[in-house]
Amino acid sequence: MNSIICLKQVPDTEAQLKVKTDAIVTDGVKFIISPYDEYGIEEGLLQKEKAGEGEVTLVCMGPDRCVEAIRTGLAMGANKAFHLNDPVFEGSDALATAKALAEQIKTMDYNIIFCGKQAIDDDQAQVGVALAEYLGIPHASLVTKVEVSEDKKSVKVNRQIVGGEETLEIPLPCVLTAQKGLNEPRYASLPGIMKAKKKPLTPVKPADISLDEGAVGAAGSKSKAGNFTAPAPRTAAKIITGDSAEETAANLAKALREEAKAI
Amino acid sequence: MGKGIWVFAEQEEGTVRKVTFEILSNARSIADSKGEPLCAVCLGKDIAGLADKFAPYGADKVYLVDHEALGQYTTDAYAKALCDLITQEQPSTVLFGATVVGKDLSPKVAARADAGLASDCIEIKLDDGGNLCLKRPIYAGKAYAEVTFQNTDVMMASIRPNVLIASEPDASKTAEVVTISPEIGADDIRVKVLDVQKSAAGKVDLTEAEIIVTGGRGMKGPENYKILEDLADVIGATVGASRAAVDAGWRPVSDQVGQTGKVVSPNLYIACGVSGAIQHYAGMGTSKVIVAINKDEEAPIFTKCDYGVVDDVFKIVPPLTEELKKMMAD
Repeated sequence: MNSIICLKQVPDTEAQLKVKTDAIVTDGVKFIISPYDEYGIEEGLLQKEKAGEGEVTLVCMGPDRCVEAIRTGLAMGANKAFHLNDPVFEGSDALATAKALAEQIKTMDYNIIFCGKQAIDDDQAQVGVALAEYLGIPHASLVTKVEVSEDKKSVKVNRQIVGGEETLEIPLPCVLTAQKGLNEPRYASLPGIMKAKKKPLTPVKPADISLDEGAVGAAGSKSKAGNFTAPAPRTAAKIITGDSAEETAANLAKALREEAKAI
Repeated sequence: MGKGIWVFAEQEEGTVRKVTFEILSNARSIADSKGEPLCAVCLGKDIAGLADKFAPYGADKVYLVDHEALGQYTTDAYAKALCDLITQEQPSTVLFGATVVGKDLSPKVAARADAGLASDCIEIKLDDGGNLCLKRPIYAGKAYAEVTFQNTDVMMASIRPNVLIASEPDASKTAEVVTISPEIGADDIRVKVLDVQKSAAGKVDLTEAEIIVTGGRGMKGPENYKILEDLADVIGATVGASRAAVDAGWRPVSDQVGQTGKVVSPNLYIACGVSGAIQHYAGMGTSKVIVAINKDEEAPIFTKCDYGVVDDVFKIVPPLTEELKKMMAD
């Protein structure tokens, strides 16, 4: 059961970011594997373990610092990785990223591809779905359960919908985007970390894959993000009090009804 | 460059999602400034009855895309129908609600149409150059970015529900209605829907709820959510949970509000025993009114709410429920 996992390195959720008009400054910030991508890595490992055979391959696009995140994924148990790393890719929006990943993946053998539902830095939630389209294969997003068929020709998945879940049957190969609840990602063990140092991590340049450079990077992307601002702080809270809990509760109810008109 | 600002009018079983009206209302002025028609594009099966739903919110034209295969949402069927229509009619802009369907469909349509796409936006406007500009949260709402487009024939965006305000519907307005019979073959749909499991009837999903009552670690255990459910019943709210409560196994993952849970934007959000970590705020920060009830005065939630009560949740919530019950009976 060969799976490909797309992973992105992002700032830790606790990271303090400096918001400048033309960029978000992430110098000195701690970086992690985007949490939803971790569900993807774990699922690839689980499916390989269930099948008793196969390889889990990571594909990551990003600058030099991503090597750390990729090694973490290898330490979790992935077999090898490809790292798309070149100035040409810089400034790619989500769709351009998906195009580049697709060109790399077209050179590989796989049964299934896992992506996170969204990266927690730009929160676009586009790459996984667009990747499937560029590869000409089906997809399902917000997946919470994966069951590969005996003959490895299809997969049954549960996915989140409004007010519940639905169960889909999808032919393989396909792309699945992972939602929280899919699994519990394992921690990299110490032996895993040691082994990861020797696993193949191959850098990929645009010339290695048949990628139209005009379709990626800041210049090739169809959307452009800028004019970054920090959110305006909420005006200070009104603290509701009372002589007793009952009175406080009554005062709150009154404020919500008469002042906020929220009830 | 095409003409036409389209709003994907999401509907399920004959009910149009409210976000459609929010987007139409706000795209109206954009359409006026750019001199392009504002069109509602509704996909489904036997949807003729929805023809007059969109003009009251500003639509000049309504496309009813009607086909057997569109009776239930699948990405393949919807993308086929919508992309074929985009190729045929050449709009300049396609807007979606950032709903489960919208966020699944829009990247596929954008990829197929080779368009630019901005997701989960909270504001639509024209910049100083008269170009479409979308404001959207990034880093779970720690910052905002403005997105513009380049080198693309079609611009696309999905808009977060419950943030833009729908105008008062004007029943006197009319729109041109065009019915489209798309070509969707069985081969076009690769995914089979085997089963749909919806939670208890009448329970509004968190992402659509007008009022949410969330319990956090301060609830101390699953059995104590009863007081929140009682409050929710009285005010017509949906009960959510913080990550701490979900990780503790007290509430299901589908109830989680936050960065790794659901992003909600209700009119009223009541956080009970929730500390208010930045990751939780990421999931509810665009709520209109936030109330926090927590006995810890240092809890970060108090810097992020509109009304705060520094007291024990168990002492405050039951009398609050009683008071609101009395008020609503008046």
